[in-house]
Amino acid sequence: MSTETVEKAIEKKPAEALFSKRRKKLITDPLVDDNPITIQVLGICSALAVTTQMKPTLVMAISVIFVIVMSNLVISIMRNTIPTRVRIIVQLAVVATLVTLVSEVLRAFAYDMYKELSVFVGLIITNCIVMGRLEAFALGNKPYDSVLDGFGSALGYSWIILTVAFFRELWGSGSVFGIQVFEYISGIFGPDFKLATNGLMVSPVGAFIILGLIIWVQRTKTGYVEH
Amino acid sequence: MDLINLGIRSIFIDNMVFAYFLGMCSFLAVSKKVSTALGLGAAVIFVLTVTVPVNWLLNEYVLKEGALTWVNAELATVDLTFLRFIMFIAIIAAMVQLVEMVVEKFAPALYGALGIFLPLIAVNCAILGGSLFMAQRDYTLAESAVYGFGSGTGFFLAIVALAAIREKLKYSAVPNGLKGLGITMLLTGLMGIAFMSFMGIDL
Repeated sequence: MSTETVEKAIEKKPAEALFSKRRKKLITDPLVDDNPITIQVLGICSALAVTTQMKPTLVMAISVIFVIVMSNLVISIMRNTIPTRVRIIVQLAVVATLVTLVSEVLRAFAYDMYKELSVFVGLIITNCIVMGRLEAFALGNKPYDSVLDGFGSALGYSWIILTVAFFRELWGSGSVFGIQVFEYISGIFGPDFKLATNGLMVSPVGAFIILGLIIWVQRTKTGYVEH
Repeated sequence: MDLINLGIRSIFIDNMVFAYFLGMCSFLAVSKKVSTALGLGAAVIFVLTVTVPVNWLLNEYVLKEGALTWVNAELATVDLTFLRFIMFIAIIAAMVQLVEMVVEKFAPALYGALGIFLPLIAVNCAILGGSLFMAQRDYTLAESAVYGFGSGTGFFLAIVALAAIREKLKYSAVPNGLKGLGITMLLTGLMGIAFMSFMGIDL
């Protein structure tokens, strides 16, 4: 028995590849099979409001990726020194600091975007995905793995909100990234051909319905059924 | 009159859930039964009504640019707004703890009913969102109290209504992929359309 464990310990010695199979899984799992939004139902709060257009959504996605990856890294480094009783407060402090950083950078270099996102940058603090990853992964794993895990979850979140934003902007304002697609198509087919935009898509209702449909499509594909 | 107007606006038109997507996580997770939805809704009203005015005081007398003049005239140029997020979330966490202790001491029955929902509320986006909107829109103390109560009530209405619908939904044949979250999102969309009819109400 004892020799076995020793052997195992020796076997483990060679460092794991930078992108071993297990580590790749950390990134790819949250993209579809374990998506934070559509499967785990986390982080819907802060993001849907910015999805009327692609540009603010992209900024939001990048901010969330930054916050999740960095907070996972920081908490993972400190994981052995944080007393369990006060861990929530410590996590909130770390996340709030990172979000303040993002918000100040936006205010300094992209003031229009800062105005447009308004309170929703601040609301990344209470984005359940951030706390969820910290609690579920970063507190018990090494820094590099935690960074990969955070990156995967953030990517899974980002592609969903970008898809929602794509459809909402296309059908709501007839554009993609501010480029007027509908006008261009109408231009090709002559003045009689007109693509109408739907005001409902710009209102919050559009986001709920689009997200509902995305969830339907995605769950039908993966065969996931909630009971 | 303005206050009543603001209250009605924050309940129906600027509804936390349907207009700003705030508090969606708990809105979706805790809306399976009416009784639990009632508990969470009541707790949210309670905490929002307390935290928004308290955060107003903090913002007005500590964080705003020039807010520290009451300490010392030299501090008139100090601007601590960048500390807003971290201070607000700290106040919310502390207030939730305080509210929990007070309720446990003086209203054990209510404490039993609210139970696990109180501590969970600290990370509910609707609470932080309420305080951030209050700071952004420059409300007065009275306005922020009304706003906190109103937006809490809006959340309460939304979650209880959704829970009631979902209880009935158990008897319907929903497609497999749409079960749970999917159908709930579509339902929320439809309820949002219903709430849109309040738009433009002005007293």
